[in-house]
Amino acid sequence: MADQALVATPSPRPPEKPVKDKPGPLEYMRQWPLRVIVGATLLFLYLPLITLMVFSFNDSRRNIVWHGFTFKYYEKAFNNDSLQQAFVNSLTIAFLCTVISVILGALAAVMLWRFRFPGKTVVEGSMALPIVVPEICMGVAMLVFFARVFPWPGGLPWPLNLGAITIAHISFAFPFVATVVRARLASFNRELEEAAKDLGASEWRTFWDVLVPHMQPGLIAGALLAFTLSLDDFVITFFTAGPDTVTFPVKVYSMLRFSVTPEVNAASTILIVVTVILTAIGLQMQNNEPKDKKA
Amino acid sequence: MTDAPVSNAPAAKPAPHVKENAIISFQGVTKRFGKMVAVDNVNLDIREGEFFALLGPSGCGKTTLLRMLAGFETPTEGKVFIDGKDVADLPPNKRPVNMVFQSYAVFPHMKVTDNVAYGLKMDGVDAGEIKKRVEEALELVKLGGLGDRMPDQLSGGQRQRVALARALVKRPRVLLLDEPLSALDAKLRDQMRSELTSLQEKVGITFIMVTHDQDEALAIATRCAVMNRGLLAQVATPADLYEFPNSRFVADFVGSVNMFEGVLERDEPNEAQVRCAELGAPVYLDHGVTGARGSTVWVALRPEKIEMHKRVEGSTAMKMEDAPQGTNVVPGIIRDIVYLGSETNYEIELEGGRRVKTFRSNLTRYDQEDFTWDEPVWLAWHACSPAVLLS
Amino acid sequence: MEQTWKQARAAFAAISVPPLAWLLFFFLIPLAVIWAYTFGENTGPTTIDFTGTFANYARALGPLYLGIFVKSVVVAAITTILCLVVGFPVALAIAFASPKQKAWLLLLIMLPFWTNLLIRTFALIAVLREQGYVNFALEWLWNNASGFMTLIGLQPLGEFEPLTLLYNNFAVVVGLVYVHLPFMVLPLYSALDRMDRSLMEASLDLGAGHLKTIFLVVVPLAAPGIASGILITFIPALGSYLTPDLLGGTDSQMIANVIERQFKRANDWPFGAALSFLLMYLTFIAIAIQALVQRRSDRRA
Repeated sequence: MADQALVATPSPRPPEKPVKDKPGPLEYMRQWPLRVIVGATLLFLYLPLITLMVFSFNDSRRNIVWHGFTFKYYEKAFNNDSLQQAFVNSLTIAFLCTVISVILGALAAVMLWRFRFPGKTVVEGSMALPIVVPEICMGVAMLVFFARVFPWPGGLPWPLNLGAITIAHISFAFPFVATVVRARLASFNRELEEAAKDLGASEWRTFWDVLVPHMQPGLIAGALLAFTLSLDDFVITFFTAGPDTVTFPVKVYSMLRFSVTPEVNAASTILIVVTVILTAIGLQMQNNEPKDKKA
Repeated sequence: MTDAPVSNAPAAKPAPHVKENAIISFQGVTKRFGKMVAVDNVNLDIREGEFFALLGPSGCGKTTLLRMLAGFETPTEGKVFIDGKDVADLPPNKRPVNMVFQSYAVFPHMKVTDNVAYGLKMDGVDAGEIKKRVEEALELVKLGGLGDRMPDQLSGGQRQRVALARALVKRPRVLLLDEPLSALDAKLRDQMRSELTSLQEKVGITFIMVTHDQDEALAIATRCAVMNRGLLAQVATPADLYEFPNSRFVADFVGSVNMFEGVLERDEPNEAQVRCAELGAPVYLDHGVTGARGSTVWVALRPEKIEMHKRVEGSTAMKMEDAPQGTNVVPGIIRDIVYLGSETNYEIELEGGRRVKTFRSNLTRYDQEDFTWDEPVWLAWHACSPAVLLS
Repeated sequence: MEQTWKQARAAFAAISVPPLAWLLFFFLIPLAVIWAYTFGENTGPTTIDFTGTFANYARALGPLYLGIFVKSVVVAAITTILCLVVGFPVALAIAFASPKQKAWLLLLIMLPFWTNLLIRTFALIAVLREQGYVNFALEWLWNNASGFMTLIGLQPLGEFEPLTLLYNNFAVVVGLVYVHLPFMVLPLYSALDRMDRSLMEASLDLGAGHLKTIFLVVVPLAAPGIASGILITFIPALGSYLTPDLLGGTDSQMIANVIERQFKRANDWPFGAALSFLLMYLTFIAIAIQALVQRRSDRRA
């Protein structure tokens, strides 16, 4: 066995439990300084939210020291009619805003992706405006618009009284949807469309059979974005809301202005949970999409 | 520019299933994109049953020509006839042709059977018939049993078969293939080449293929059109393209070639002579060239048509004057050797400094040892081997 | 390949009219009205005359309000820098994590981003206030340190004085960083994730250390991503209303709070409109600078 090196010996079996290999040079996530930074950042992001949620169950008004578990603030929140109304309002507005924004955004995306037309740069620029204009500017613009130019009739039955807020929300949400959908369209293989036509499909059939299925993940992502943008918005709503059209964030804001009650904790926790559930649903929907990267 | 074979090319034998009638006819077709001329006054007939290749470098207009057949581009000038009908006003979804796209364009959100059935559904074929024909089509392309797969569960080659089945199931008059093999790896490409040929023979319809790969065109097509900058450079069978190119472009684009510029000195009906400064010797030809005496011509010589013989430095054993009639001989020195297994490529420097390529088949296992670097050799070729080009 | 609108007029009209009409009527017109107001004057409690005056702009650029603009820019800039300093290593770590870790980390970064802004700001109050957890933690450390010092025979540290962490500029910056960090991390991540790994490997192979590789190779290549991260952090930070309103003191108001006051309390709409438009112009300047940086890096690429 002197010239063992020259004989092709079977390599030793790998150990049953693999020894943790050293992190590769570019595996930054496996190096401790970066782990510390990431950990600290996540702590910074989540500590306030988690304490808020935990202390919504705390049986103490001062909600700083743990006094025992209770549901009473949830009960209070649920029995607070105006808070409940605000929550329903928020969800209704978000729903309407999502539906209309997805339609408008998808149309805008297809228009900008598909056509060349005079003034396209101007249109693209204007479509980007609602995304970049500071919320406060848009808020005051909406305030003035609905106060002086296009007064939303008062005293309308629910949900028509939410029209002004919904319109304002759609105005800032649909350009976001358009951006997301257009990004998705950029990866569309035009040969798919040609293939459908080649096989006998009309323009309209091609649109529904090929383009819409391709846009679908973008539409879902856009819908989620529109929904959360609407649900999240405080500033623009603050300027368009009337006394009887209060949304959840506006309600929470006014409650905060008076005092930090544990009720707000409870209501916030509910909203956080709703957000997490929605995000989970959205991610699930996107994961179920067929992977068409290769096609 | 001409369909007629140059010089003494033998008349092409059409494949047995090729019929006489032209199923596709381009008449004076020009396509401009802004100022760019993509297709320049193309006149071309493609006969029913042919496997026709449009061959050319990228940007030569071959894809535009194909897309005009499918209906995705409209000619700026001229007319396109499919089966004798002017198709100017026919949108893509109404044409009796189908296409296999370069990216295959298999619908990613539909399973294989739905992809193949799509075109039949568009035609309003009833469900039972669709099912039957889809199954047949999948059998035809050897995808039986994979009907329930989604496209992302298929390999590249399988997706191409889906695209083929999807187009063929509609029983088009003409199948268009846009760079059908370019996305496949080398092994698969060879396999698909022969499958495409046998598939075409089996279904018996006209196939028109666009490719930039001359090997592919020569291997598959019954007839090829070589395009250059929007113009048809030559339309001929693969063998004629290779052996009887009509221009320097075709000679250079199809296969490997040694090109020498020269002056036509003598031009008789069955012999001619070209003086080439780079060769240091005249080139004898055993056929006439229809060119004016004294005009500039180009001699194209394929590397495999040059034979190499040992030479002793300074020896006159194989003097030019002694060379047998009909043989051309020049001296040179081997400067580069590339061993490729089945053959060896040599680069030989002539006395004037010009380098010439030649291939030598390795007939025995020791052939590659016959010649070595810097060895003096004679290069010889038969008088019928060079092609004389006027443009 | 785009097609010209003339090729399919009907389809183009059907597709383009709804979004364009909406954009015009419910966005551009309201903005135009506000813009017109910037040249108006209050002539009564609810009447405004469009006199074409520049007095509103003149007042807005006076020392008092200019000071608030400068302060807003400084606060937004500090916020952006802090977000970049924290966000870059985080984005780097995520971009080079294993695929599974990557998905989770991204989700964890995204989740607060989806959570209501008001709630996040509110949550921060409980952490920062004098009776909040930061002060609790500090007090505990303090007392333990104190006890330890007594133990080894030194003077105890004395009574713990809670730090004032809320209702001041510090709170505003912390709040803005807290709210905007995901805005920074995501574009940085996508820029780093797209980057060709072999370039970094080449740098390491040629003898550069990790820090040098990051500063000489990664940062220049990720410049467009960094620039867009800076932009989409800076713009909302500059115009933020809620964070200074809830976390700031009387001296930490930003420009958005002043604008709000003009519309809701002072009822001086023309002046508020002029302030809004100045804020908008600042935003556009920031975008223009980013576009220039982008173009320069595009040209190099």
